[in-house]
Amino acid sequence: MKLISEKGVQRILMLTAFSAISALLLIALFILSEGLPFIFKYGLKDFLFSSEWQPNLGKFGIFAMIVASLWVTFGAMIVGAPLGVACAFFLSEYVPRYIMRIIKPTIELLAAIPSVVYGFIGVMVLAPIIRDNFGGPGLSLLSASIILGIMILPTIISISIDSILAVPQSYREGSLALGATIWQTITMVTIKASKSGIIASIILGLGRAIGETMAVIMVAGNSVNIPHSALDSVRTLTANIALEMSYATGLHRQALFATGVVLFVVIIILNSIASVAIRKRMVKK
Amino acid sequence: MNSKFQIQNLNFYFNSEKVLKEINLEIPANKILGIIGPSGSGKTTFLRSLNRMNDFEITSRIEGKILLDGKDIYNSDFDVVALRKKVGMVFAMPVALPMSIYENVVYGPKLDGINDKNKLSELVEKSLSAAYLWDEVKDRLKTSGMRLSGGQQQRLCLARVLAMEPDVILLDEPCSGLDPISTAKIEDALAQLKKEYTIILVTNNTKQAARVADNTAFFLMGEMIEVGVTKQIFTSPQKSETNDYITGRFG
Ligand SMILES: Nc1ncnc2c1ncn2[C@@H]1O[C@H](COP(=O)(O)OP(=O)(O)OP(=O)(O)O)[C@@H](O)[C@H]1O
Ligand SMILES: [Mg+2]
Repeated sequence: MKLISEKGVQRILMLTAFSAISALLLIALFILSEGLPFIFKYGLKDFLFSSEWQPNLGKFGIFAMIVASLWVTFGAMIVGAPLGVACAFFLSEYVPRYIMRIIKPTIELLAAIPSVVYGFIGVMVLAPIIRDNFGGPGLSLLSASIILGIMILPTIISISIDSILAVPQSYREGSLALGATIWQTITMVTIKASKSGIIASIILGLGRAIGETMAVIMVAGNSVNIPHSALDSVRTLTANIALEMSYATGLHRQALFATGVVLFVVIIILNSIASVAIRKRMVKK
Repeated sequence: MNSKFQIQNLNFYFNSEKVLKEINLEIPANKILGIIGPSGSGKTTFLRSLNRMNDFEITSRIEGKILLDGKDIYNSDFDVVALRKKVGMVFAMPVALPMSIYENVVYGPKLDGINDKNKLSELVEKSLSAAYLWDEVKDRLKTSGMRLSGGQQQRLCLARVLAMEPDVILLDEPCSGLDPISTAKIEDALAQLKKEYTIILVTNNTKQAARVADNTAFFLMGEMIEVGVTKQIFTSPQKSETNDYITGRFG
């Protein structure tokens, strides 16, 4: 009984794959076609390096927001990367495998919590703690970094564990049999052998942190300025787009699209670095 | 005869499967003990229990005593790391660590805190020479150990164990997959090494045991059927199973 021929199946699959890819391409094209003309008109230098963002006066400099995005991402890295990598090593080297196989999917589930929930916790719990103990408005660069740092943990932990488990058992046994402790084995052998995967996990986490919007809007405070301390309120590129798109028109609207172009380029660069790192790991295996 | 290891009533389990049954064995110092037996008879498991590499097998359980120089290595206050420095092991199908040949050899000594460049270079030459590998690699010590051929990696693994200057060397089929010339090299090395070390050699090749071992133990399905001076085991075994195995009638 043959309902659809092999060729037919192939065609249908090709069509689906093609439509998925073309949807992506269309989105990219749309953002570029809306954003690029603005950049040319306004001038790339003024757009990127001026920090005056006053749409009603026709001033569209996103420098403060670029700086804020970079700081928030950097802060998230400081929080998330050491924690995530340490957690990955702990789970894959110190905890019995069967327990790890229970905990890992649980951690991956954290990635499924909507970001608005993370933001909510940030506003209700984290921001007051920061305000009461360190001063400032509470909604700040620091709270955004911590919340984002936690949000990228599942990405970092999960991909790091995969790359640590890909290290051949014979390396571990060889090292342990030479009288190394588990910790010495990690620092002298396992880290080196799983380095590219761990770096990839951090870069993917970084991409996630840069692109995150909802949670950041809720906890970062959103005032447009170059932060002088971690307790200052900041507005990121993503937050800027989300906050103003509902009422922006004309040049203002185009400027938001141009902001999107900047984000798009940054994330493409990060993802390609990550995929090169991951591919390198595959080849080595 | 002073014994290095004394194994008393050793039972070993994976899950509930009894893999080693009531093993009693004295392993004399500065001799080569050959262990022969068919595949799955528990040779590797036995070897790994001597330096507690089975500790990492979560489902494993051990009963009985293993004494090294009179001390029970499974006693809770026995230092496992020190044990592994004292009882070096070359695995079946050994692979180099992902680092240079030089770094592979100095891995153990560096863990011991030896950092003196001259001392390390000396150790490298001495260990590689003892493993009959020095001449082949002396000009490329900085290249990755993983670039070496299988047989060379096997000798590199022997060299890195020698560099730790252990008391005992455990060898799990060190010549599987080696050509006769490399095999002869390793066997020569072992004959030299037993002056300083106690060697336990698991081998699937009964002829090899006959050639190099002073004493030979025969394992079958988790039991140690017989142990004795190699010559006696191969010429007049006490048990019919041993006879069947060495004459190639089964296994
Ligand atoms: N990690 C493990 N988990 C569960 N069972 C194991 C494990 N390792 C070995 N076994 C079982 O223990 C028994 C003995 O295995 P072992 O590796 O000691 O045999 P061997 O004599 O070394 O065989 P070979 O000559 O093939 O290397 C086998 O039945 C094997 O299935
Ligand atoms: Mg074996």
